[in-house]
Amino acid sequence: MKKANSRSVMPRSLPKVPSGIQGLDEITGGGLPRGRPTLVCGSAGSGKTLMAMEFLVRGAVLHDEPGVFMAFEETAEELTQNVRSLGFDLDDLTSRKKLVVDFVRVERHEIEESGDYDLEGLFVRLGHAIDRVGAKRVVLDTIETLFSGLSNAAILRAELRRLFRWLKDEGVTAIITGERGEGALTRHGLEEYVSDCVILLDHRVTNQVSTRRLRIVKYRGTSHGTNEYPFLIDEDGISVLPITSLGLQHEVSDERISTGIPRLDAMLGGAGYFRGSSVLVAGTAGTGKTSVAAHFADAACRRGERCLYFTFEESPDQVIRNMRSIGLNLEPWVKKGLLRFHAVRSTLHGLEMHLAIFHKLVQEFQPQVVILDPISSLIRAGTSEDANAMVTRLIDFLKARRITALLSNLTSGDKALEKSEVDISSLVDTWLLLRDIELGGERNRAMYILKSRGMAHSNQVREFLLTDRGIELADMYLGPEGVLTGSMRQAQEAREKAAALVRKQEAEGRLRERARKQEALEARITAIRKEFAAEEEEANRLAAQEQAKEQVLSVDRDAMARSRQSDVHEAPRPRGNLSGRT
Amino acid sequence: MKKSARRAEQDTPTGTTADEEVWELRLYVAGQTPKSVAAFANLKKLCEEHLPGRYKIEVVDLIQQPQLAAGDQIVAIPTLIRKLPPPLRRIVGDLRNRERTLVGLQLRSATMATEQGGISA
Repeated sequence: MKKANSRSVMPRSLPKVPSGIQGLDEITGGGLPRGRPTLVCGSAGSGKTLMAMEFLVRGAVLHDEPGVFMAFEETAEELTQNVRSLGFDLDDLTSRKKLVVDFVRVERHEIEESGDYDLEGLFVRLGHAIDRVGAKRVVLDTIETLFSGLSNAAILRAELRRLFRWLKDEGVTAIITGERGEGALTRHGLEEYVSDCVILLDHRVTNQVSTRRLRIVKYRGTSHGTNEYPFLIDEDGISVLPITSLGLQHEVSDERISTGIPRLDAMLGGAGYFRGSSVLVAGTAGTGKTSVAAHFADAACRRGERCLYFTFEESPDQVIRNMRSIGLNLEPWVKKGLLRFHAVRSTLHGLEMHLAIFHKLVQEFQPQVVILDPISSLIRAGTSEDANAMVTRLIDFLKARRITALLSNLTSGDKALEKSEVDISSLVDTWLLLRDIELGGERNRAMYILKSRGMAHSNQVREFLLTDRGIELADMYLGPEGVLTGSMRQAQEAREKAAALVRKQEAEGRLRERARKQEALEARITAIRKEFAAEEEEANRLAAQEQAKEQVLSVDRDAMARSRQSDVHEAPRPRGNLSGRT
Repeated sequence: MKKSARRAEQDTPTGTTADEEVWELRLYVAGQTPKSVAAFANLKKLCEEHLPGRYKIEVVDLIQQPQLAAGDQIVAIPTLIRKLPPPLRRIVGDLRNRERTLVGLQLRSATMATEQGGISA
C-alpha cells in the first residue's frame, strides 16, 4: 500500500524495486532503482553486507525475485552462519532455488599475472548464477577486493565499467558494496561507475555510544530524503527510521481518554486527556510521576487498549511491585499481552538507537498508549539538544499514529519547576506538575495542571495522596500560613469538623427554644381569647338585662297612661317609638 | 622484493619431481578470443620447450561450460591452472610474459631464470 502511494505521489520518477528493508523504501520513495546498480558504501562493520543480504532475502521471500550473492570476502558457509541470527535461512533459500551464493576468492599470492586478461570469468559465473535461478537481484560484496587480488588496475577499472554496464543490460537490480575510502566514498572510486544511487552507511561513536546512520548521497532521477537516518540491526534485520521526515500534518482527535485517576479526569474538563495528545508529567524526585504513569497504563489496559511502557530506571518487576503497593496490579495486563514493558538503561545506546528501538517496538506492538519514564534520563545518552530533537521526533512520530504519549520528566530541585530539563514544554499538550510542599515538618505532594491545550481545566493545586487504593487528589486548605497539606490539613479538617458539630448543636438548640416560645405564646393567646370571650359574654348578658328592664318600664308606662286615659282616641304606638320618645 | 621471492622458488624441489611427473595443466578461456588463442599458443610453446612429452593441456571453454568456473575460482580469463604436480598454481593472462609464466608454473631453474628473463625482457 505504501509502495502504491509513493508511486502515485511521484509518477514520473524511475521505476523502483522495493528493497524490503524497513524504512528504506520510505526514504527512497519506493525502493532502489529497478534494473540498475546501487552502491552501498561504508566503513568496516557498518552493515553493508547485511543490508545487501537483506535486500536479496526480502526480494526472494516477499517479492518473488530470486537473487545472486557474489561474496568476495566471506564464504557461503560463513555468510549463512552470520545471517542466521537475523532469521535468514540461506540454505533453505538456496535449496528452493531462490538464492545463489557464490564465493569468489581472489588471493594475490596464489595468482601470477602474465600478459593481458579480462574478467570474463566473473561475468560467466555471474551470468550462470543468474540463469540458474532466474535472478532479478544481484549483490557484489565487496567487488573492490579484486583490486587487492589483481594488480592491473587499468584492466580492473575497464572491466568494472563493463560489468556495471552489463548488469544494466541484464536488467538486474544490483547492490554493489564498497569500503569507505579516505576523502572519497569508496577506496577505489566505485562511485564513478555506479552513479544511479549511492547509499552511505555510517557507524559513529559519540560519547562512547555508537549509532548507525544511513544517508542517501545520490539518487538520480528521483526525490529522496537527504538527512541522515538512524538504523538498527537486530534479530529482524535492518530497520531504517524515516522519522526526520515527519511533518505537522497529523490529524487530531476529539476523543477523550481517562487518566486513570477520577479526580484528575475531573480537573481536565471532566474527561481526561485527548487521544493522541502528548502529556508531560514533570516533578522532582519522589513526587509520584511513575504512579501517575502507571494509573494511565492501567486505565488504558482496562479499556482493552495496548500500552507500551518504556522504563529507563526501573525494571518491569520493580515497577509492578511498587505499583502493587498503591493498589495497582499491572501484572494481569502484562500476562494478557496488553501491557508491554521495555526496560533499558538510557546509556546503553545512543539516542538514535533509542529512537530506532521505539520506532520498531511501536510498529511491532501497535499500542494506543506509550509511556516513557522518565525521558530526562535520555539526556545522559546524548547532549541536551540531541535529546530535545529526539523527543520532538518521537512525539511527532507518536502523534502521527494517534498514540497518546505520557512522558515523565524528572526536574532537579535547583531548577525552576516550570522549566523541563529536556526543553519540550512547548511540544506537549498537557503538562502536569507534581511538586513537594514542605510544611510543618512534613513533606507532602501537590499536583496542578500547568497547561492543557484545547480543554477547560482546573487551576487549583490539589494535594496528591498515594493511598493503598491508588492516587487520590484532595483539596488544599488555605490557612493563615498558606496552603495546608498532610497532617496540618487533616488537623484543619478535624477542627472544622468539630466546629461544624458545635454549630449544628447550637442551631438545633435555637430551633427547640423557638418552638418552646411559640408554644408559650400560643398558650397566652388562647388565654387572652378565653378572657375576651368571657368579657363578651358578660357584656351581652348586661345588654339583655337592660333591654328587659326597659321593656318592663314601657309596659308600666302604658299601663299608667291607660289608667289615666290621656289619649283615648289615639291608636297605640309601636314599641320602638315608644322607647324613642322616652 | 620480487628477487627474494624468486630465490625462494628456486629452492623448491620442482626441478627434480618435474622430471618424473606428468604435468596436468588446465586453461580456462571464454570463447575463441584473441587472448585465449594467444594464451594457448604461448602455453603450448612453453611446454614443448620445458616439459617435452610430459604435459597435458586441457582447455575449458566457459562459454560452453559456465558451471566449471566456480570450482576453480575463475575470475580472470584466460586463467592457467597447474593441477599437477601439487601445489595448485594459477596464472592469469595471455601468458605473453614468459618469465612470469615460468615463475608462476615454478618451472624455472636458477640458470634459466637469468637466461630467459633476459630474453623475454
